[in-house]
Amino acid sequence: MEQAMLLAKERQLVVPGEVLAKGFEWLPSAGCYRANNEIRAKQLGLVRIKERFIGVIPLAGVYVPRPGDGVIGVVNDIQPTFWIVDINSPYDSILQLGEAVGEYVDTTKTDISVYYDIGDVIYAKVMAVSRSKSVQLTMNDYRAKKLIGGRLMHITPSKVPRLIGREGSMIELIKNKTGCQIIVGQNGVVWLKGEKEALAAKAVLTIEAEAHTEGLTDRITKLLEEGV
Amino acid sequence: MSKKVGAPEALIVDGKRLDGRSPNEFRPINIEIGTLKRANGSAEFRFGNTYALAGVMGPRPFHPKALQDPQRSIVRVNYAMAPFSTKERSKPGKSRRSTEISKVINEALANVIFAEDYPRTGIDLFLVILQADASTRCAALNAASLALADAGVPIRDLVVSCSVGKVDGTLILDVAGLEDNFGDVDMAVATIANQDKIVLLQMDGIITKEEFMTLIDMAKKGCGQIYDMMKAKLYEKYVATPAEEGA
Repeated sequence: MEQAMLLAKERQLVVPGEVLAKGFEWLPSAGCYRANNEIRAKQLGLVRIKERFIGVIPLAGVYVPRPGDGVIGVVNDIQPTFWIVDINSPYDSILQLGEAVGEYVDTTKTDISVYYDIGDVIYAKVMAVSRSKSVQLTMNDYRAKKLIGGRLMHITPSKVPRLIGREGSMIELIKNKTGCQIIVGQNGVVWLKGEKEALAAKAVLTIEAEAHTEGLTDRITKLLEEGV
Repeated sequence: MSKKVGAPEALIVDGKRLDGRSPNEFRPINIEIGTLKRANGSAEFRFGNTYALAGVMGPRPFHPKALQDPQRSIVRVNYAMAPFSTKERSKPGKSRRSTEISKVINEALANVIFAEDYPRTGIDLFLVILQADASTRCAALNAASLALADAGVPIRDLVVSCSVGKVDGTLILDVAGLEDNFGDVDMAVATIANQDKIVLLQMDGIITKEEFMTLIDMAKKGCGQIYDMMKAKLYEKYVATPAEEGA
């Protein structure tokens, strides 16, 4: 039998089809697939190795909801007992009345738009995702709330961890330097509110463009200090 | 042998083709990735004077909803020639030819796309030939697979394609211009990366079995060359961006 071999390095840029490892010692994680005894990348991205698992963090792509994700969405439609929320994904999500409001609501007498109306921006948690990707949201979370004012930006969902930084270091940096309120959804939607919104937005866009490079924190610090 | 109207005296003179290439040589290949800002992914692929532009939209919600597939994403390919792409203005919109090419490109790409990763959605591929000088389906297919990679759509590997043919009894790589109009054989081949897997094969003309096998080998080698260029270009998009000094 062929010798087990790891061909890719951590954080290496790979293209779809590139062989990352040979042999059955390794297991394919997100962004990879197994072809006979080889593990190959299926997306353009950076390699991530964790114990026996090899994955690829894509540099592009759409958001696919997963239970537990905090997302920012825009209310799209109101039905008698639920809202339909656009979460920047190919899949629309549903927010049930019971998951949004803590009190008893008589739906025959109340129009539920008093809670959330079309166009409202909310930060919600993904409660459940079915196999055919029908998505349920919940407001039953300490972070969940309606977002009033501010502006929305969209970045590539896979770059969200880079924007947040290790233990929130990057996002804290932007918050401290600009004094803005910033909320980042796992779906790549960023909500900004504050006097220096424009500067914060510039920093977010820079991170989006240079997410795959090293020494990014230093460059963002410089950008934010120059912008003051 | 009777010549067709407008045909040149000879398509190959002293072992050189009309544009000065040797039989086993590509036209200059030019690749650009991310040319369209509003598409999820895009790429431009050029074989000499053949320009193909590809844009990927999606995975995105698929409409009409009744036709959604609860298990997989539906890939739609739209190949079109721009009205100004040929010498005679070509009528915009669908034609017999464009419908056929859209279908064969879709079937070639279906071999590599992980459609089951995005149930209930649609992936739309728009391929436009901006300038036609033979081998348009090959250029379109190359642009399409680059655009898919750029869009982050999961694929097994890049699909690469090139054309081979026979003019004046000589077997050639990358059929161009008059060779297409007045040559004996024109064959389009697409493979999965540089592997021995053919996903598209179309040919017209009359040829012997031995010549056919030689042409297939030539096409596979050609695809291998294009694959290396495409891969290099994909790396370049991310490595050439500013400030790599920290790495």
